[in-house]
Amino acid sequence: MHDLFAIVMLAGIYSLLSASLFLDLDAVDVAFTEASVGAGISTLLMLASLKLVGRHEKKKRYKPSLALGIVIVTGALLIYGTFDMPHFGSADAPVHNHVAPRYLNESMDEIGVPNIVTSVLASYRGFDTLGEVVVVFTAGIGVMSLLLVRRETKDIEKKKVPADMQQQIILRVVAKMMLPLILLFALYVQFHGDYGPGGGFQAGVIFAAGVILYTMLFGLTNARRIFKREILTLLTATGVLIYAGVGVACMLMGGNFLDYDVLRHDPVHGQHLGILLVELGVGITVASVMITLFFKFTWRTVKHKYTS
Amino acid sequence: MEIIIDTISWILLLSGSFFCLTGAAGLLRFPDFFTRIHAASITDTLGASCILIGLMLQAGWTLIFAKLMIILLFSLLAGTTASHAMAKAALKSGMKPQFLHTNDK
Amino acid sequence: MNILGLYNYWIVVALMMIGFYIVIAHENLIKKLIGLSIFQTAVFFLYISVGKITGGTAPIYDERWQLYSNPLPHVLILTAIVVGIATTALGLALVVRIQEAYGSIEEDEIHAQDGSDELECQLEAYGPRQKYLGAKRK
Repeated sequence: MHDLFAIVMLAGIYSLLSASLFLDLDAVDVAFTEASVGAGISTLLMLASLKLVGRHEKKKRYKPSLALGIVIVTGALLIYGTFDMPHFGSADAPVHNHVAPRYLNESMDEIGVPNIVTSVLASYRGFDTLGEVVVVFTAGIGVMSLLLVRRETKDIEKKKVPADMQQQIILRVVAKMMLPLILLFALYVQFHGDYGPGGGFQAGVIFAAGVILYTMLFGLTNARRIFKREILTLLTATGVLIYAGVGVACMLMGGNFLDYDVLRHDPVHGQHLGILLVELGVGITVASVMITLFFKFTWRTVKHKYTS
Repeated sequence: MEIIIDTISWILLLSGSFFCLTGAAGLLRFPDFFTRIHAASITDTLGASCILIGLMLQAGWTLIFAKLMIILLFSLLAGTTASHAMAKAALKSGMKPQFLHTNDK
Repeated sequence: MNILGLYNYWIVVALMMIGFYIVIAHENLIKKLIGLSIFQTAVFFLYISVGKITGGTAPIYDERWQLYSNPLPHVLILTAIVVGIATTALGLALVVRIQEAYGSIEEDEIHAQDGSDELECQLEAYGPRQKYLGAKRK
């Protein structure tokens, strides 16, 4: 297999299949995220970088028998280690006995949100999610600093440039029809994450996918006129600021950091408000980071037209 | 009445799966890129529509019916446009159909 | 002892080893990144399959169901998926820069260039900037 394009497409299909497997294992939120992130954004970014690095792999010059030996030995040791694990689907495994029953039983009374995964993600384990948002933010900053856009391209963004793809009438019309629906669906997933599968991450990725659809059809220049670089960098930081700001606001009102009980007159309403704001921050950061990533990768492929 | 709805939805689900399988077989067996897109997109759209309508009959008049209807409309729109985009991209990058007869004598 | 009940772990180990082999045996950097993502997906399967209870349902509260699958692995894996995509994006950006600096993304060619004339290939890649630095040194 030496054609990297086929390999990237197969990796996307693999992500979609694993998303459907997650659905079969009752993990609906995880399936949603894996389908949107793995089969969507990951494939897009790999294809964009394939455009930059070249599509074919060189043939190997030696036989990797040492690597094969290491892999077989490690695999055998791991399989030997699995003999002590609990059977698949057993209800008395240790993982179900300590913290999880408390989350399952007390979540409706303490937080009142039907989607227990959202309540654990945003409230019971809010610190981990704060760290995760900061990781996404850091990846955005890292890619921004690795794939810099130089200053002399600022004057291009003033006029409206017709893109190559604007001659394709069918694609243009269908994309214009679908784009508001995609963005509306992203908002629906964001705010319905309390009652069904969904939440901030999936919503951010779907919003970014809508913007990427617009970019692919109407050209990078037009898309960057709408989603200006300054606004995107501002939004990236605003999401993290909202998340940490909710935590600080909880401290100012007398509770602990990220203790949403004190936000309103009633602990349950305070939890609802806290989860709403926190998921909003997550969604904003994820959407703007994904859009920034795509813009940075794509700019590299067309910058030879704009710089001397 | 229940028996009729159940039978129709069974027929639709089974025929939808059959269409999807034959689409996959066509994807593997057809000789050329354009014929493969033709097989995959037509049978895939028809199979997905049959499965979704079968599920809609099972769902009754609830919110799930409306959601499935929206999914059906969206997949009809997006699937056909995607295969159109693929064929246009292949033509633009220079791929010609394998059995093309040109009339230059 | 019925060891056939452990088949999900064996699938996970098989996927992990496939990903591991791709990372250490192939030289192309993009293939290594894809192998890394396969390894990550295998780890996700490990956690999610541990959390599943037979006869349970998705952990969304509903009056009609009593037995739910464990929501804790779902939360951890949700975080892990997003961190995985962040890592992959950064890795791809690094691969793009390596291609611009060394001219190839095969690992042995990169090592060969690193061993030999190191300054020369950097001068070729960063043309104007090196001239700028050279001007500053004066």
